[in-house]
Amino acid sequence: MPGPQPGSTDPSVIRNFCIIAHIDHGKSTLADRMLQVTGVVDDRSMRAQYLDRMDIERERGITIKSQAVRLPYLADDGEHYVLNMIDTPGHVDFTYEVSRSLAACEGAVLLVDAAQGIEAQTLANLYLALENDLTIVPVLNKIDLPAAQPEKYAAELSRIIGCDPADILLTSAKTGLGVRAVLERVVATIPAPTGNADGPARAMIFDSVYDTYRGVVTYVRVVDGRIGSREKIAMMSTGAVHELIEVGVISPEPVLSKGLGVGEVGYLITGVKDVRQSRVGDTITTALRGANESLGGYRDPKPMVYSGLYPIDGSDYPELRDALDKLKLNDAALIYEPETSLALGFGFRCGFLGLLHMEIVRERLEREADLDLISTAPSVIYRLIRDDGTEYVVTNPSEFPDQKIAHIYEPIVKATVILPSEFVGTVMELCQQRRGVMLGMDYLSEDRVELRYTLPMAEIVFDFFDALKSKTKGYASLDYELSGEQDADLVKVDILLQGEAVDAFSSIVHRDKAMAYGTMMTGKLKDLIPRQQFEVPIQAAIGSRVITRETIRAIRKDVLAKCYGGDISRKRKLLEKQKEGKKRMKMVGRVEVPQEAFIAALSTSDSPKK
Amino acid sequence: MHDRNTLSLYVHVPFCTSRCGYCDFNTYTATELGSDVRRDSFHEVLAKEVRFAAEQLGRDRKVSTVFVGGGTPTLLGSTGLNYVLAEIKKSFGLVEGAEVTTEANPDSVTPQMLAELRAGGFTRMSFGMQSSAPKVLQILERTHTPGASVQAARWARDAGFEHVNLDLIYGTPGESDDDLIGSVEAALSAGIDHLSAYSLIVEDGTALSRRIARGELPMPDDDVCADRYELIDDRMQAAGLPWYEVSNWAVPGGECQHNLAYWRSQDWWGIGPGAHSHVNGNRWWNVKHPVPYTEKVLAYAPPSAGSEVLTTDDLRLEEVMLGVRLAEGISLAVVDRAKVEDLVAGGLVDPASVSNGRVQLTRAGRLLADAVIRDLLANQA
Repeated sequence: MPGPQPGSTDPSVIRNFCIIAHIDHGKSTLADRMLQVTGVVDDRSMRAQYLDRMDIERERGITIKSQAVRLPYLADDGEHYVLNMIDTPGHVDFTYEVSRSLAACEGAVLLVDAAQGIEAQTLANLYLALENDLTIVPVLNKIDLPAAQPEKYAAELSRIIGCDPADILLTSAKTGLGVRAVLERVVATIPAPTGNADGPARAMIFDSVYDTYRGVVTYVRVVDGRIGSREKIAMMSTGAVHELIEVGVISPEPVLSKGLGVGEVGYLITGVKDVRQSRVGDTITTALRGANESLGGYRDPKPMVYSGLYPIDGSDYPELRDALDKLKLNDAALIYEPETSLALGFGFRCGFLGLLHMEIVRERLEREADLDLISTAPSVIYRLIRDDGTEYVVTNPSEFPDQKIAHIYEPIVKATVILPSEFVGTVMELCQQRRGVMLGMDYLSEDRVELRYTLPMAEIVFDFFDALKSKTKGYASLDYELSGEQDADLVKVDILLQGEAVDAFSSIVHRDKAMAYGTMMTGKLKDLIPRQQFEVPIQAAIGSRVITRETIRAIRKDVLAKCYGGDISRKRKLLEKQKEGKKRMKMVGRVEVPQEAFIAALSTSDSPKK
Repeated sequence: MHDRNTLSLYVHVPFCTSRCGYCDFNTYTATELGSDVRRDSFHEVLAKEVRFAAEQLGRDRKVSTVFVGGGTPTLLGSTGLNYVLAEIKKSFGLVEGAEVTTEANPDSVTPQMLAELRAGGFTRMSFGMQSSAPKVLQILERTHTPGASVQAARWARDAGFEHVNLDLIYGTPGESDDDLIGSVEAALSAGIDHLSAYSLIVEDGTALSRRIARGELPMPDDDVCADRYELIDDRMQAAGLPWYEVSNWAVPGGECQHNLAYWRSQDWWGIGPGAHSHVNGNRWWNVKHPVPYTEKVLAYAPPSAGSEVLTTDDLRLEEVMLGVRLAEGISLAVVDRAKVEDLVAGGLVDPASVSNGRVQLTRAGRLLADAVIRDLLANQA
């Protein structure tokens, strides 16, 4: 490796930066080009989306876990620089991880699609970067596209970040056009890291990944001092001490180092097997003569959305448990505990950072453990206050009280929607329907609007994003952040089959929407549950009060015609098949409900696509 | 119930002039068969299998019922049918008062042909009437005219047939309640002593199922079929032909003995392509296509395509599955009393029958006979 070596790099030649971009705006492609332009990956070894490790990341074009790559770069001024590119997750569910990645940088490349303009999540991450005093390098990408409108979006960007439109770089990551200019700008404008080289070591964890062979690989940015490869390190949040097995940098394959100094970015391996022992945001110091004060900003990942996960085939329960245990090693935010449902059998109540996180977990479980899963409708966290002032928390409709309770607090979010102005009316209507309160509206350019709303989080986790996309022909983008809670008139709606509540269908909804939920669910079940030998009432109820009712009429005819030519064997086999089918039925009281009915009733509302 | 002394013969004639749109029976038109099977000598092939059967079974068992079905048996002509019957008489012998039925297409019979069949030993005629409503016959792609069945039934009476059956199909898309009532009344006016009525079943692979899939015709509605069944049952009961099997009504004494043999799990031998047999707890079935069937029979090889030996559990299951469909029902002793009580409570089994040690269906129970059977047989092998 030419130029400065890891562990002995003068901070003045280091540039730590990340790329802020929306899904599909070309971040991975730009990263690929940077690998090629700096020469760390030769053209022969190059493959698309080089840095994305998981199949899901490649297929969905999103980055779930961030990474850091050390790029040695000989700049036009003849100096050998070290560029540390820190990849950030691009989704609202991972805002905390984004904020830690940003905290590891002095600058950010703001990458925006020249045919689409800035999107809500990018804007949110840009604000995060500005709050962290990062130097912004604005770039319009995909200028080779016929639909690109660089002038329009340059004007938009310059208004948002307050720069001259002429300072905005134009690239095509696909063709490589303008990529070197971006690197030159990074070198010229992003400040070099500063830190106390002689002080006690302090390094911030901005990512932590489980590797089957190596255990947990922890990615850090050294702020002060130095972490040597033969030292013991301590986690400042817990005081836990670990032996260092390996220290190195990713360039883009792992390169061993004797240590990491001020401003450097690299990885540590200690042999721990669970990412919970090496948490994002924590400060690492040396076990001997370590720092007294952490870098701050650490926070436990807190689930915001809960859902029950059940194997469709009940006998897969042990496999699901094993798969969750394994996934947990790599996902510090995932929590779960066993849960039993009358309707769905044995499963787990799982907590997620958000909907995308939920979907990714489910997809990984299905893919990596080959499981077929069914998930119940997602629920947020409610805080309930009893008359005597005591409080408790509910994350599952089954724990929600039937009787009146003094106060119920639900989480609310501040949501930002960026959309073409022609859809403003429709989207305002949608937000209204979802109990939104408008905070403000700004024109980003003459035909693009930023709408800001306060919305109950429960309204967003249901199918808000799908509705938003379909009402705006896919043009709207959404970002939200938790912004506290509000007292709300919420009720639990139970769904009863012949008077028996079916736990999987209970839902906590606003009183004004109880009827709509009840009508939707009873109507759906009426079509999904086969007619029985007796009439089956399907009711939606709040406590003991029935609010809506459907009836499955009794079946009147279930008899086959004659046995053709005495083909009794065929008739017997048919009967045996019907008896097999009966075994797959779940009994709710006397009502036989096919497993498929549960799946279908839950499916339309359980998979928000992001 | 299992009577070792009775033996029934079913004879399958796999020919039709044209295929009806709803039919998935084992039958072929002349163009479908080509020249490999000759219709005009097929009775000889059937007779040969009769001889083969008699040799297999021994000659000590006389036949108590014969039923020639199809297809369109009358395409063999009275000569062909009488030829087969003569062979049965010769090879097995008929018991005194044996029931000998042939199915017939209403527009393929004449008074003369009926007289010849009667003279040849046939005792019972069964005509596929299906409906008296022209639009229903058209949807079913039946070629006969609405009045042809009634006419044919009257001719059969005139020719000396004591027993005459008409088959109806109800629940055809486009059929109204009035169409059905008209059909039942027309059938009764023909002086029949037996009526079979089947709800239309849309079988996969038929022209009718394709028309429904294309949305040209609506799928028959189960509730409408249930209503129609009750209309039929009311009228038949009033006319003095009570039900004796879920889909069959008869003047007392006019019950089809061959039909009863099936539901009572008695022994029968099936002659002809695709025919099923049940003898002494064994079931087998012949090769389905007339060409390989004919080749085997002419080579004097067994034309069977497969067989099974029924286990005790199978036999018990069949006894319930088949017997429950009869008005006489099954013995209470062969099923779980608690389940029967549930069915009585649900209005599907007649409480009076239970007091007499039997399980007999109510009318609601007849319409749900398959569900009753599943309930009675639940948790069994």
